[in-house]
Amino acid sequence: MAETPSPAHGFPGRLLVFEGLDGSGKSTQAALLGKWLGSRDYRVFHTEWNSSELVSGVIRRGKKKGLLTPTTFSLLHATDFADRFERTILPPLRAGYVVVCDRYVFTAFVRDAARGCDPKWVRTIYSFAPRPDRVFYFRVPVQVTLKRKLASRLKINYYEAGMDLGLSDDVQESYVRFQSRIRAEYENLAESDEFTVIDSTRPVEAIQAELRANLKPLLENFPTGARLLHDT
Amino acid sequence: MTLRTYGTRLPGLPDEPLTGKLIVIEGADGSGRTTEVALLKSWLEVEGHAVVDTGLRRSTLVSAEIDRAKQGHTLAASTMALLYAADFADQLENKMVPALSAGATVLADRYVYTLMARAIARGASREYAREMYSFALRPDLVIFLDARTEILLHRSIGKYGSLDYWESGMDLSLSRDLFESFFLYQERLSREFEWMAEEYGFHRVDANRFPEQVHHDVQKLVAPLYGPAASTAASRSPKLRRRLSRGPRKAASG
Repeated sequence: MAETPSPAHGFPGRLLVFEGLDGSGKSTQAALLGKWLGSRDYRVFHTEWNSSELVSGVIRRGKKKGLLTPTTFSLLHATDFADRFERTILPPLRAGYVVVCDRYVFTAFVRDAARGCDPKWVRTIYSFAPRPDRVFYFRVPVQVTLKRKLASRLKINYYEAGMDLGLSDDVQESYVRFQSRIRAEYENLAESDEFTVIDSTRPVEAIQAELRANLKPLLENFPTGARLLHDT
Repeated sequence: MTLRTYGTRLPGLPDEPLTGKLIVIEGADGSGRTTEVALLKSWLEVEGHAVVDTGLRRSTLVSAEIDRAKQGHTLAASTMALLYAADFADQLENKMVPALSAGATVLADRYVYTLMARAIARGASREYAREMYSFALRPDLVIFLDARTEILLHRSIGKYGSLDYWESGMDLSLSRDLFESFFLYQERLSREFEWMAEEYGFHRVDANRFPEQVHHDVQKLVAPLYGPAASTAASRSPKLRRRLSRGPRKAASG
């Protein structure tokens, strides 16, 4: 069976992206979706935007010493993403996998914009990354993510709270303000980049069912693992 | 500086004008750049200007990562270009901007143009390179030391006893032959410097000559930045000229 290249990037694989605030439930949903795709014999590749070995050291060091400015912060994360893209996203995409990305360039767009970087510039530096086939945006009020965070007793980290911007001396207050900015940026992108908006205040099962239904057309005629190996 | 960057707003740039001067010396490896930077620094200091010199890959933030990446040869070109941009941004914001705010002259031994040429030689588009570095400050003066590839070759061999792997663009697999690769790579770079010279208004100085001749031309370009008084003082003082032609002394260059 012939591979049907994706209309968006032209590679045989499919690129699915999960975006949203920390605590919006996107990682849970991405993991569940990956399970389901695997059970259907699709070749799935799951990837999260954690720092790669290359720049995690410098980002950590820079953060600790407060050396990072919005521009260097942005460029270092772009470097990190470029490295991960070349190594872990592009090969499976070209090989015909369903690549599930827990965060993609949009995370950088919203975060950098919230820090005052020029959005056009940020887009340019990430222009090597192709448009995904789907972007699921998990919409949730900032207060809900804060509640989830406090309930899980996770410490709010300095940059996640945007403490470097001096919005407030109080971590929680700064977190709410900074995350609200990020949320506003996500809402802008939802429009311009045609996100599939998911109401993330609903039960996990309901959201997962919606995702699966949404992906049906995209995966039609898409080769499963066995066919990838044996059909020519 | 009216339009202070090449188009992209640099968050955190102070609102008040940067009173210092930003002077950039560009040129290939072997064009005599480093020698000229030393001469120019010494001359400017004699003239009474505070000078902060800066180059590529000297920031404390990421230079270790760049060295490591070079040793491993493992990074894709696009990743490397971004890492260099991060390094440049760090120096720009943490070193050049504060110095310029304080009224010092920043003397840059290479600038974004070299980084752009390298990125383009490795497959980036000119548009991408230009946009990526559009947060860079517009220098007050860019001097391009232009030397023929044969000259670069001889100086490179004279200096290192061989050709440098990176300066020969060996990572590009243009040729397995180091000598041939050096020529092909330097040609690519010089092609990029050609359009940038136009676009960014470089002042070209013939660097196929002796250091003192080059320095003489550079002085003539630099002097007007500081007003007419400085330029006449420098060009009228034979003593100063003689001293400068001997090059910087240890004590003077500090």
